[in-house]
Amino acid sequence: MSGAGAGERPRGLAQHLPVLWPAAMLLGFFVVPFGFMLTFSFYRRIQAGFYEPAFVLDNYARFLSPLFVDTLLFSIGLCALAAAVCVALALPFTLAVARLRRRTQVAWMVFILAVLSLSEVIIGFSWSVLLGRAAGISNLFVTLGLLERPEAYAPGFLALLLGLSFLAFPYAVLLLFPAVVRLDPEVIEASRTLGAAPLTAFRTVILPALRSPLMIGLILVFVFTLGSYLLPQMLGRPQHWTLSILITDQAIFQSNIPFAAALAIFLMLVSLALVALTLALGRRRQPA
Amino acid sequence: MSLLGRLYLGLVAAFLLAPLVVVAGVSLNPQRCLLFPPDGVSLTWYAALIEDSAWLGAMGNSLAIALLSASLAVAIALPLAWFLWRWRVRWARPLFTLGLAPFLLPPVITALGFLVFWIEVGLHGRMLATVVSHALFFVALPLANLSLGFESIDREVVEAGRVLGADEPTLFRTVVLPAIAPYLVAGFAFAFVLSLNEYIVAYMVAGFTVETLPIRIFNSLRYGYTPVMAVVSVVFVLLAGLVFALVARYGDLLKLLGAVRPQRE
Repeated sequence: MSGAGAGERPRGLAQHLPVLWPAAMLLGFFVVPFGFMLTFSFYRRIQAGFYEPAFVLDNYARFLSPLFVDTLLFSIGLCALAAAVCVALALPFTLAVARLRRRTQVAWMVFILAVLSLSEVIIGFSWSVLLGRAAGISNLFVTLGLLERPEAYAPGFLALLLGLSFLAFPYAVLLLFPAVVRLDPEVIEASRTLGAAPLTAFRTVILPALRSPLMIGLILVFVFTLGSYLLPQMLGRPQHWTLSILITDQAIFQSNIPFAAALAIFLMLVSLALVALTLALGRRRQPA
Repeated sequence: MSLLGRLYLGLVAAFLLAPLVVVAGVSLNPQRCLLFPPDGVSLTWYAALIEDSAWLGAMGNSLAIALLSASLAVAIALPLAWFLWRWRVRWARPLFTLGLAPFLLPPVITALGFLVFWIEVGLHGRMLATVVSHALFFVALPLANLSLGFESIDREVVEAGRVLGADEPTLFRTVVLPAIAPYLVAGFAFAFVLSLNEYIVAYMVAGFTVETLPIRIFNSLRYGYTPVMAVVSVVFVLLAGLVFALVARYGDLLKLLGAVRPQRE
């Protein structure tokens, strides 16, 4: 039997009613806001807090200034690096967890979900404490005799990278988990039996089988970290501030909604382009 | 498992626990200072949280927003997921993608969209705006969970019920609802906990008037440190752990997360 409803079509208002309400909500509160944002990005700013309807490209033209190009390139580089670190850490972790007994797996996943739901504020706060001079890990090194006096490791680029990797790690694990569990343990076992070293089995059996989940994980983690607003402020120096901070700053503190909207539209296009590009690359390399 | 595997799991656990341990330790300091390890063990700041009306107000805001927005998110996701499962019409598929989109885009973009929208509508700064924005932002979670849940229903049982003359509401009550209940609860729980901890959307939409806990923590970090923020962090982590442990207790957490073992005869 092919599933219920196959070939059937909903008829009349009554049968369409269940889809009309969610459709109205999604269109009214998500598509319409995006439409507003797109429209505003072409408006002309008069003075702080005010703008008038127009169709100008001034807001987009401002991207050509070195500040924005630098911020954009830095944001992309930072988040790509964070995504790579994060997925590289998450893959062996997820593989190891998937081999545990069921109960232990559940306990790990509850823990991962609890860490996932940690607010960015709490993550930023605790890492800045942990990497700071006053109560940080360097005090431990002093006690152990490795250092003469406590040092501050945050704010700094590495602290920021670490924080972003921490932020996105549980997310990466959850993205990889379904695919890793579906890996057929017998195929891996078979490759071992046939004499493949663990590393060879990893390279020739596990990695190819996980190619697209890994790609998707990299992209989504990249986009996720690109949207981080608090961590660059809490763990980085001003030169490490990303596009997200620039957008929020323009919208809230400079009251320049048209420019913020143009930046957001641009960031969205960049994200989508990278997603499309990565998917296309992944497809081409896939053996037929 | 190999020794190397265990060692790696241990290292990851240490990495993930480190900030939690620091925050918990800092929250126990008797004085208003940022010391780790704490120079004593005291619950002064836990008591301070209960007495401080500003912190309690922020906590109340956060809980109300999370409760209402998670309910609204489920109320949007359930009929949509049901409709897609029941009718399988192609034109409705983009709605599913549309439901996932707010969560998959960089949050700052979605947040700015909401900001612009609520200013135009005239509700910027109201709690209603935060609730609706969070509901739309997190609708992806119950939507993804529920569509997994609907896929897990045995269609032959549904068909048998239909042949035996059950109408759509009866089928929903007796077959569909029991099957999707754990997914429904999980979807709600995810949306609830993530809403509690969300910063950027809440800040952009009503940050200066409706202070949620994450906003209050960040604000008080700017204007000087108080151990209450560490206390609040500890409370929130415990709350999140409790919610997910309950989900795991009453449902199949691994299945909810999409784990399906390869079928074997």
